[in-house]
Amino acid sequence: MPIPIEYYLVLSAFMFITGVAGVLTRRNAIVVFMSIELMLNSANLTLVTFSSYMGNPVGQLFVFFVMTVAAAEAAVGLAIIIALFRNKLTMNIDEINILKW
Amino acid sequence: MAHYIYLTVLLPLLGFLVNGIFGSRTKNEKIIGWIGSGTVGLAFLIVACAFFQTLGLPPDDRKTIVTLFNWLNVGGLNINVSYQVDQLSIIMALIVTGVGFLIHVYSIGYMHGDKGFWRFFSYMNLFIFAIMNLILSDNFVLLFLGWEGVGLCSYLLIGFWYDKNFEKSTTGDAAKKAFIVNRIGDFGFLLGMFLIYLTFGSLNFSEVFSRSASFNIPVSTFNFIALFLFIGAIGKSAQIPLFVWLPDAMAGPTPVSALIHAATMVTAGVYMVARCSIIFASAPAILTVIAIIGAFTAIFAASIGLVQNDIKKILAYSTISQLGYMFLAMGVGAFTSGIFHVMTHAFFKALLFLGAGSVIHSMHEEQNIQHFGGLKKYMPQTYFTFLIAALAISGIPPLSGFFSKDDILLNTYANGQYILWFIGFATAILTAFYIFRLYFLTFEGKERFGSQKHPHESPKLMTIPLIVLAILSAIGGFIGIPAIFAGENGNLFERWLEPVFKSANTKMMTYGVHSNLEEIALMSITVIGAAISIYFARYVYLKNPRIALNVSTKFKGLYDLLLNKYFVDELYDAAIVNPIAKGSDRFLWRFTDVAVIDGFVNGTASLIIFISSKIRKIQTGVTQFYAVIMMLGIVIALFWIIMSL
Repeated sequence: MPIPIEYYLVLSAFMFITGVAGVLTRRNAIVVFMSIELMLNSANLTLVTFSSYMGNPVGQLFVFFVMTVAAAEAAVGLAIIIALFRNKLTMNIDEINILKW
Repeated sequence: MAHYIYLTVLLPLLGFLVNGIFGSRTKNEKIIGWIGSGTVGLAFLIVACAFFQTLGLPPDDRKTIVTLFNWLNVGGLNINVSYQVDQLSIIMALIVTGVGFLIHVYSIGYMHGDKGFWRFFSYMNLFIFAIMNLILSDNFVLLFLGWEGVGLCSYLLIGFWYDKNFEKSTTGDAAKKAFIVNRIGDFGFLLGMFLIYLTFGSLNFSEVFSRSASFNIPVSTFNFIALFLFIGAIGKSAQIPLFVWLPDAMAGPTPVSALIHAATMVTAGVYMVARCSIIFASAPAILTVIAIIGAFTAIFAASIGLVQNDIKKILAYSTISQLGYMFLAMGVGAFTSGIFHVMTHAFFKALLFLGAGSVIHSMHEEQNIQHFGGLKKYMPQTYFTFLIAALAISGIPPLSGFFSKDDILLNTYANGQYILWFIGFATAILTAFYIFRLYFLTFEGKERFGSQKHPHESPKLMTIPLIVLAILSAIGGFIGIPAIFAGENGNLFERWLEPVFKSANTKMMTYGVHSNLEEIALMSITVIGAAISIYFARYVYLKNPRIALNVSTKFKGLYDLLLNKYFVDELYDAAIVNPIAKGSDRFLWRFTDVAVIDGFVNGTASLIIFISSKIRKIQTGVTQFYAVIMMLGIVIALFWIIMSL
């Protein structure tokens, strides 16, 4: 018996919620980035699921785009964190509030 | 040549610009002085040529109009910068440029060594430019431009020595007073101009005057127009109640007093009344007002001049008094007599002022006549020319003042104004007395100055204009010699100006008739009265000075009243100036400006600051806070999309 599609979709949603929770609540900048990657991967999973169950290869094709963007974004984000660290010597994003009023 | 009359306006303007822009770089006073005087001299030559050309035209057709360019073309109002050469304006132009030229030459000597020499001449040329505009213009707007221009130059020249103290304040205050009091008059003049435009639809002289002669306009309109125009003349020509600026205007250099406040600017009001004679003739009630104000001003100022001790102040009050005579003439309808007196007054008053300047200069800026005395032998030319001027202003024949003053008094009597005639007669007595008091205390008698003063005669540059003016004061009256003396060659002046006032004279229709006997009787009374007055002054101030002292102590109240100029300045200060200043300070400044306007503007700013201080708390700077808000937004958007499906 094939796995019903809902299982995959619920897993994907669950991953996404975990990622959101991590972005909103964690203090360490690297952990926030990991959560962002988790959210992106959940989106990938959803795309592949639908592609497989509808028989349309476009979903899988789009995953490649998303992965590319995720990689580029990770690179840039980590560069920003390194620059921030050199300036502030902290990984705690609560302390980076120069744009406060 | 009359077609080049605009050059007489442009040449002084050029002199103003050249001296103003380049004058400060030249140390050579002669260049500046002769550029300044030369432009006026050239203007005089052009005016003289225009005069002779006009003389050659037939008497009824002596008007030439030269248009330079179109100035204003707004709605129904079309004003050109154009000048008219007619009998009246050519006479005034001759006076202004002729006497003006002599005063400019005198100033080269008088202002020698002054560090503002170039500024002086550029301002003087600007003044000539403005007054030529006033005199030669052919419409009210250009006249008003000249009117305001001479007021400005008066301000600039009175306050010329801007770092000098003057009486209780500074020369700057005197200059401001002149300008502000003039402005009150100008307000009246503007109202008159507005009413003229409203009534006649034009501001051009020929159109306005021809329409006022022919259209059917109610007398009350004419009364208002004439009244407003006359208010302008009151301010400009220092009549009661706006005369207070002229004595203070003596803070300026003496050539300025001679040119502006004796010969030319103050007569602008008289000229304006003469020019608008048809309007005034159509408002007989206002003419009566003018005559009364003129007569009262004459005697009022003469009485103040009796006891003053500053030589220039005496002459200033004398000017106010003589201007009163001119307005008296205008008021009884004797327009030509008024202009005749303008001319002779320009000669002898300028001479008196320039002579006074000569004395002041040689006594090293001393101006109190109680410190003069016996200057006759040190300054022979000044003494003799001053004597001629004093005789002229007292109305002693055959000098010019006799003919013009007598003309006025005769016309006043002939038109039935006996009371005004008597006031004029009394003023003539007072005039002779105060001017000879001045003469005897300055030039004759004992020397009352200390040994550190070394009076000397002034240089030729200053005495030659004095001599020329003395000649003019002596013989200038003969062109107005009345018919009883010269038969049909007489009254040349009146016949020259008659076409200008023809419509006014026809409208007035009352022209007094007098017999030859009355004329000779009046003349004799005035001359004898003046002669007695002079003799009395000689007795008091030369032989028996203690009489003056005794009279002033016995009538101390009256003496103080006259010495303090009837406390008019103090009255104005208390009634008008101080309430306005205090009200302005307390209400307009402290309340309206500081509390209301500043409060409103600053309050708006404070309100914005307050609101923004509350709103900016959203910017916490914490990245995750922004992420929360984003998430909330996405959730709401998702819900909305799902709900609407």
